[in-house]
Formats: sequence, structure tokens, C-alpha cells
Amino acid sequence: MPPGHPDAIRLHGRVLDGAGNPVPDALIEIWQADPAGRVVREPGSLHRDGFTFTGWGRCGTDNTGHYSFTTLRPGPTAPGAAAYVAVTVFARGLLNRLFTRAYLPAEESVLAADPLLSSVDPARRGTLVAAADEHGFAFDIRLQGEDETVFLTYPRH
Amino acid sequence: MTDNRASSDAAASTQAEVSEEIQQIAKAYERDAPSGPDGVETQPRLDYPPYRSSVLRHPTKDLHHADPEGIELWAPAFGHQDVDPLEADLTIQHRGEPVGERMVVTGRVLDGDGRPVRHQLVEIWQANAGGRYIHKRDQHPAAIDPNFTGVGRCLTDTDGTYSFTTIKPGPYPWKNHRNAWRPAHIHFSLFGTEFTQRMVTQMYFPGDPLFALDPIYQAITDQRARDRLVATYDHDVTRPEWSTGYRWDIVLTGAHHTPREDEVEA
Repeated sequence: MPPGHPDAIRLHGRVLDGAGNPVPDALIEIWQADPAGRVVREPGSLHRDGFTFTGWGRCGTDNTGHYSFTTLRPGPTAPGAAAYVAVTVFARGLLNRLFTRAYLPAEESVLAADPLLSSVDPARRGTLVAAADEHGFAFDIRLQGEDETVFLTYPRH
Repeated sequence: MTDNRASSDAAASTQAEVSEEIQQIAKAYERDAPSGPDGVETQPRLDYPPYRSSVLRHPTKDLHHADPEGIELWAPAFGHQDVDPLEADLTIQHRGEPVGERMVVTGRVLDGDGRPVRHQLVEIWQANAGGRYIHKRDQHPAAIDPNFTGVGRCLTDTDGTYSFTTIKPGPYPWKNHRNAWRPAHIHFSLFGTEFTQRMVTQMYFPGDPLFALDPIYQAITDQRARDRLVATYDHDVTRPEWSTGYRWDIVLTGAHHTPREDEVEA
């Protein structure tokens, strides 16, 4: 979405390595539902027309390890579910892509009822939840270390 | 992601030292791998110290098992407004012919259940015939080819088939260790029918003498899994008086959702 869209939000953050240094050559992809929680089937992610919301985007990190998307707030894909953005991380030195989820901050009861979040060690759950800021949400990705982001694997993979 | 920077202490290792590390990991895998399909490592290891840049960039905690749900059961859609058919020919992006061996690479993208991945995006990027990327971080003193950028895209057809016309890439040095050289390869970026099948991998060429020395290729510890990254020369793909031909099929992981009617083969 163009930043001028009335409902545009920013989803951004930094990618950090095990020493806490920024990763300036990572590539982040996001895939999300629209604000009503619908899965979007619209092409056009590679050549945007400025109007069509496709639900998918790609952004490289800059010299400070920072990425930034302009998007719409995803809705929950089922009633009462916690809303999240699916995230894929690629980088030099990362031999296989990593999957994670950036949940939008929500009432504790909503997050606690989420099947995935409730299955994660409470001490690490916070790495999956974005923080609200002035224009939207901040979601840092730590590849390694004390506050390592919870990365996901799916059965049959 | 051109792999040509590394920490200064890593650059001090010799090929012999790195090869020894590779061999120790391979021996341990052969010794400890459980038999049966579940014991086979079909994916590259994230924690693979011979590849020096992986040391600070791999997760140290186990990946968390998740049941895909909602958006994860779907993949983004790409269409003809995203990809021009001419983007599948990397040899016609400039005024002149690029230097090197013109070749066609074709194959099918299948999911883990053998179903073709239809109308989906395939992207490639690669070095030129001299082993040089256009990328600004690539300082390898080989010639830049003004007629070759090395980036292509296409959509698979109804059979899951992709096809690119390009130039055979050259091997190139990188700074993982002293005298480190990557085998010639083409990077492939793939989407499946659902988010969980997203994959970026590399295609190699048969018989490359650098295979045993390369910590990225060897990060897939299973020989048969590694072999699946090597294309096959196919004379039926070779075109008379025009180009050589290689075939490389790509199998993604299984899909979780029930295939929609338009995905089921008649």
C-alpha cells in the first residue's frame, strides 16, 4: 500500500545477528490477510498499481539492518483468533530460510488463547509479538542469542 | 547474497582445514543418521561452521513445530502483470549478445505429493560466464558483461514447467577461507501452493570439481539429497545451432491443505 492510503500502517524492524550486530543483507518477505481477515488472491505484488492490496511484500534490509513495509492491518483469519503477519527471513550466512510470525499486540486473553503462542515457552513468547509504535508496529528479528526469535517449522517439512 | 564477505579470522583458514571440518561432519552424519526416510536430512543445516558466515546467523534454539493455519495454508498469487514473458530469457535484456555458453534450463516444480505447482513464480539470479555478479558487493576482478544482468523470472505453466534461456555461469572466488571457490550455480527462488513451501535453493552442473570443497553445497549432509541439486544435461533440450540444454526438476515439501479442484490433475 502507498503510505498515503488512509489505512496504511508501517511494519518495520531490525534484523540482528548473534553478536547483536545488524544484518545489512537480509531479505524479509511478509504474507498476510487483509483487514477483514480474508486471504487475498490478487496478483500484482511485483508491479504495484497503488490500489490493489496483494497481502505479500518483499524488502531488503538497509545498512543498519532495518526493513520497512507499508501495509494494512491484518485481520484475524478466524473469529477470536489473534492476528499475525507470516514472515520469511533470508540472508547471507543463513543456509535455509526461516519462518516466523509477527503477531499484532492484543489483549492478553486473545494472545493466550492462540494455539501457537500458547504452545511457546512464555519466556520466549514475546519474540513473536510486535510492538505498537507511532505509525504501526515494530518487529525485530534476532537470528541468535539471548532473545532469539522463535522460528517455526511445519510438519512434513 | 553473493557470499563474498567474511570475518578476517575466518579468511585465515585454509581449504585443507575447511575440507577436514566438512569431512568430520559428513562422517558423523553417516555414522549417526537413523535409517529410513525420516532420518535423511534433505535440507541444508542452519548450523554449519565450515560456512563461516553462518556462525552468528543460525538459530541456536530448536525450531518450534507449528500447525500451519489461516494465511500459511495459502501462497501469494502472481500473474502476467507481475512477469513479462521476456524475463525468462536472460540473454535478450541488453543490446548485444552476452558472452558465454548459451543454455536452456527447464524442469518442473512439484509439491511433495507429486502435484505440479501451476502458474507460480520462479525467480533466478546468477553470475555471468566469468563468475561475476552485477551486485555492487561483488569485487571479483572478472569482467562485467554489459549484456548480462543475470536476473530472470517466469511463471510455471499448467504442467508446473518452467524454462529459462541464459548463459552458463562461471565459478567464482569468495572469502569464506583462503582460496575458496563456489561451484558454478544458479540461485532459484520458489513458491508452492502454500506459504510453508517457500524455498530458495541453488542449481549446480554435473561433475563440478569444486563440489567436495564447497561448504554451502556440503551443508546438505546427505549425498542423495545433495545430488538432487545437480541438473542433468539433456540433449533433447539442446537446440540445434543455438544452445545447450539442462533439465532440473524441483520437488517442494508436501502441501497441508486439500488441493482445490483447479489444482487436481484430470
